[in-house]
Amino acid sequence: MSANEKAPIKAIGEVYLTKEGMTFHEVSEVVCKVTENKAPRNWWIAFFIASSFTGVLGAAIGYLFWQGVGVWGNNAPVYWAWDITNFVWWIGIGHAGTLISAVLFIFRQKWRTGINRAAEAMTIFAVICALMFPGIHVGRVWFAYYMFPFPNQMALWPNFKSPLIWDLFAVSTYFTVSLLFWYSGLIPDLALLRDRAMGMLGRVGKIRRTVYGALALGWRGSNRHWQNYERMYLILAALSTPLVLSVHSVVSFDFATSVLPGWHTTIFPPYFVAGAIFSGFAMVMTLTVITRAVYGMKSVITIRHLELMNKIMLLTGSLVGYAYAMEFFIAAYSGNPYEKYVFMNRAFGPYKWAYWTMITCNVISPQLFWFKRLRTSIPVMFAVSIVINIGMWFERFVIIVTSLHRDFLPSSWGYYRPTLVDVAIYSGTLGFFFTCFLLFIRWVPMVAIAEVKGVLPEADPHAAEETHDAKLEDGAALAPGE
Amino acid sequence: MMTKKRTALLLAKYDTPGQVLHAAEKVRKAGYTKYDVHSPFPIHGMDAAMGLPDSRVGWIVFFSGLTGVSGAYLMMWWMGGVDYPLVVGGKPGFTLPSSVPIMFELMVLLSAFGALFGMLHLNRLPRHHHPVFESETFRSATDDKFFVSIEAEDPKFDVAETKALLEGTHAVVVELVEEPVEEEHAQEHGADEGYHL
Repeated sequence: MSANEKAPIKAIGEVYLTKEGMTFHEVSEVVCKVTENKAPRNWWIAFFIASSFTGVLGAAIGYLFWQGVGVWGNNAPVYWAWDITNFVWWIGIGHAGTLISAVLFIFRQKWRTGINRAAEAMTIFAVICALMFPGIHVGRVWFAYYMFPFPNQMALWPNFKSPLIWDLFAVSTYFTVSLLFWYSGLIPDLALLRDRAMGMLGRVGKIRRTVYGALALGWRGSNRHWQNYERMYLILAALSTPLVLSVHSVVSFDFATSVLPGWHTTIFPPYFVAGAIFSGFAMVMTLTVITRAVYGMKSVITIRHLELMNKIMLLTGSLVGYAYAMEFFIAAYSGNPYEKYVFMNRAFGPYKWAYWTMITCNVISPQLFWFKRLRTSIPVMFAVSIVINIGMWFERFVIIVTSLHRDFLPSSWGYYRPTLVDVAIYSGTLGFFFTCFLLFIRWVPMVAIAEVKGVLPEADPHAAEETHDAKLEDGAALAPGE
Repeated sequence: MMTKKRTALLLAKYDTPGQVLHAAEKVRKAGYTKYDVHSPFPIHGMDAAMGLPDSRVGWIVFFSGLTGVSGAYLMMWWMGGVDYPLVVGGKPGFTLPSSVPIMFELMVLLSAFGALFGMLHLNRLPRHHHPVFESETFRSATDDKFFVSIEAEDPKFDVAETKALLEGTHAVVVELVEEPVEEEHAQEHGADEGYHL
């Protein structure tokens, strides 16, 4: 590639989204090789650990079903505890995937192409983890279908005025739409894997051709297809954008529509959405830093991608910090003694350790990203992303448990402690999440190959003509026939 | 046993998006209608170069969304307001404001199904047996090469003439693609269409 070809891009101040001078074929190679080569040893070690925790999850849930929800630490007055904390935490993590794939697409942020596939996969696995908790919290799980508008033997329909039913519809719609979005984005890349498997010998080649071939639906890169495909992608993005905002708003309604001091606030929907994006980006960061290092994706997922994500974390972390401050202000300004008490109790009561952990992790730690050197340092961003995930878990714990543990009457005060089963189920969902993610990076292209190719400079059909003109200006002799 | 074959299409391969864009324009201007462009990613400006009308996916999504939102309204109105009104907090069995979240969610859900399945329907996918897959060269269409295909069913199609046209568009390779035909169908098709080899 000549220097001239790059000139127009630099002239208008744009930056490369991949390593400079990457070709279409190199993008295919870098990404597809991961699914074609043998898994590295570290993958097996990680998979062994993660799937062991998935086993723990299965055992703990089995025990829970056998014994009932009494094996959890939830009891009067704290009837919602880790289960709902984990539910909200996992759903929030999922939201970054949709934000990256849909919202940034609508805003034409081309840098999203490096990370959107993995982020969308993360969304799907996180939402599965989230959906487990309301499912197992109902106690008698064999009646879980009562939540659906399905004619049961009591001829009773769900109460559609309840935010918990809105939540069921919101989260299951969210899961389905995320899955459709992810799969539709995968179709061209699965076709690439199918075509690469054409020359492969033996049984592996045959299995790959069959499986990827079936899943690629006979995609042949036809422009007549691309036209409908691009329109569909735009529409799915346009639908997912309000959807992701609605989902976490509805999750916050579970709390905000109650009359409990500490929950009954109008700031909850935007505050929950900001927190969700914040924690989700932190999880994307954790996963991206690891996978790009392990699989040599540094040419596709550049430090610039990571820096931009850190900027989003700085913004949403500060929004969350603002919401924390505003909750206190409104409690003081309301003049309501119960409201004031709940917030003083949150910061200085028996759960103050959780409150200040939350403040340190969520408000203070992202402020490091004001400095470019820290924002572009891999160890710093990796550490901060984990700290933020811990902090966001504590945020939900603080909101739920501190608001519940001291009821209006001191006779109904209590102190919640988790049991071993609580811990086993939570760590089990982490294991399940990582198991799914590891299987994903093993078998599915973890970068949206077609989309990355589309944002390379060579993808512009006029790129070559500009070179042509530049050559003329330089006075270079044209080859005959050019 | 020899399987009979018939000409399915002519395939031209290009190295850059710019070349294939100009080739597509040339093919359209020559009056072909049953032709297509294949690329590993959507090429900017290709729809205009091929003279394609606007995509109809939006209409499918619009009507699926409308079905979702009205279906949700009717469901909650009938279940909560007519069939078994539940009195919770002294409130009426059915109210519009509390129904908005579920109406919105079902609108999004059905629209998303409409978008994906509408796209697949308009593209006539899944289809695993297209004649382009007979070509080995074509395997790079999902990787880094660009193709124009002109189907033998196009009224203007003529092996020699069409080949000459494609060769004049900076194509790297121009290839004749044949597809196998089953014995009993071979004669009918061959006789009908007149380009049986």
